[in-house]
Amino acid sequence: MTVMVEAQKVRKHFGHLQVLRGISLQVPTGGVVCLIGPSGSGKSTFLRCINHLEKIDGGRLYVDGELVGYKQKGDKLYELKDSEVCNKRAEIGMVFQSFNLFPHLTARENVAIAPMRVKHESKAAAAERAVELLARVGLADKAGVYPRQLSGGQQQRVAIARAMAMEPKLMLFDEPTSALDPELVGEVLDVILKLAEDGMTMIVVTHEMGFAREVASSVVFMDGGCAVESGTPNEIITNPQHERTKSFLSKVL
Amino acid sequence: MSTPVVLGTAEDSEAESIVAIPVRHYWRWVGAVACLFVAFLVVRLFALSPNIQWSDVWHYVAARPILQGLELTIVFTVFAMALGVALGVVIAVMRMSVNPVLSAVSWFYIWLFRGTPLLLQILILYNIALILPRVGIGIPYTAVWSSTATNNIMTAAVVAVLALGLNEGAYMAEIVRAGIQVIDHGQTEAGLALGMKRSLLFRLIVLPQAMRAIIPPTGNELIGMLKNTSLVSVIAAEELLTKAQIIYAGNFKVIELLIVAAFWYLLVTTVLTFGQFYVERHYARGASNRALPPTPLQRLKAQFRWVGARVPRTGGGE
Repeated sequence: MTVMVEAQKVRKHFGHLQVLRGISLQVPTGGVVCLIGPSGSGKSTFLRCINHLEKIDGGRLYVDGELVGYKQKGDKLYELKDSEVCNKRAEIGMVFQSFNLFPHLTARENVAIAPMRVKHESKAAAAERAVELLARVGLADKAGVYPRQLSGGQQQRVAIARAMAMEPKLMLFDEPTSALDPELVGEVLDVILKLAEDGMTMIVVTHEMGFAREVASSVVFMDGGCAVESGTPNEIITNPQHERTKSFLSKVL
Repeated sequence: MSTPVVLGTAEDSEAESIVAIPVRHYWRWVGAVACLFVAFLVVRLFALSPNIQWSDVWHYVAARPILQGLELTIVFTVFAMALGVALGVVIAVMRMSVNPVLSAVSWFYIWLFRGTPLLLQILILYNIALILPRVGIGIPYTAVWSSTATNNIMTAAVVAVLALGLNEGAYMAEIVRAGIQVIDHGQTEAGLALGMKRSLLFRLIVLPQAMRAIIPPTGNELIGMLKNTSLVSVIAAEELLTKAQIIYAGNFKVIELLIVAAFWYLLVTTVLTFGQFYVERHYARGASNRALPPTPLQRLKAQFRWVGARVPRTGGGE
């Protein structure tokens, strides 16, 4: 088993507020880990640390065997240069709660822009693959449409296609369905499920317990900046051991 | 109380349309009449005044020196505005920089150029030779390869464009900064997550979206700039107002020539106003799923349609 993400006692604080208090976990290549837990438990912050959107203050974080944010030479740590951080981010896809599509670009341009301008693919090749990816998320007919003319579920599916266009080795989902009307949640979860079946390594922050049960290879329950317990979906969701997990699940299930 | 409140579920197309007598707004009529009366008095004052020779106004409106002055006014406006916009973007980016020195320098620039009158800045720049008599190219404190008297370079026209442009840079910087700050931080994060560098992100994602917020006040600034060029008449830069002043200094037809100048400023401003409307309309595309606002021509047509049909309208349009 190869490991895609490894966190060793990761700590992060904003001023005096301790957001992550020593998170240790492993995500195997091809695995799907769902992070569950109450708001403010540090789930999203942890996800953002993996993608260099936040810097960690302690512990070690590895993606695909390489240290996140730093280079180690001998026993000294060197901060990564901006260009090195950009290169690492380009290999990790991220999907946000609020979609964050670029409103001045059409769906196709949203998907094609990063391959074109970051990976320097030709315009024709990028556009062609953008249409393919949009077809994969069921939006072949919306290629020329601007994001504001799409429903929330459609926007989030474009956002997933946009992240997939960079051919990432890891996908991070930060509450991908929390901003959606209940009616539209299913169509987005179906797309994520399909990615999981195709073997994509994923970390998903979610409040959809049914989805977590279906898609996750393991579930981690977080609270107060700590990973309280982890295991298979069955162990955590159906049969939690910890009191805190039990009381959280009794409220959301 | 527990009975359902839905009384019918089928679509009800038989529902009667409302026909009602509209409320009469008498005070609106009083206000309109009062305004028209004042307007009539003002027009009458100008039209019948024995001290305005309208034939002289017509005579000078297309006179050669006036048109030359107008040309220079437009040239000053274009170059000073170009300088102002370029400076504005640079200063705005510096202002938001994480580098405290760059940020402080841009703060100081804005403070200095917004904090003193434009007229004063024009005069200082015009007299810059008093503190900087010669300018040259070389390495500071060592060699000077070539130099010349400052006054050879700082002609009235150069001072005009420089002073107007430097001043405009401070105002444009604030407009650009406001435009950039409107953009949701999620846009930056999404771009970063795709591996974009900061400079690429700014060019591809942030600036094109900020343009929508930047264009309308910039149109305002452009119209302001057109009129501010008249301030350089204090250094005799031969633009429209200076030309008018030179002519009336000789023939004492003061009001007539000021009216000529006013006519041209109004005409150019009108053209710019229309231009601004269409530029804004262009940038509104894709920005909202509502229909674009009607053009003035479309609005005029709608007005005539309304006048044509006096019957109180009841149903919902076409």
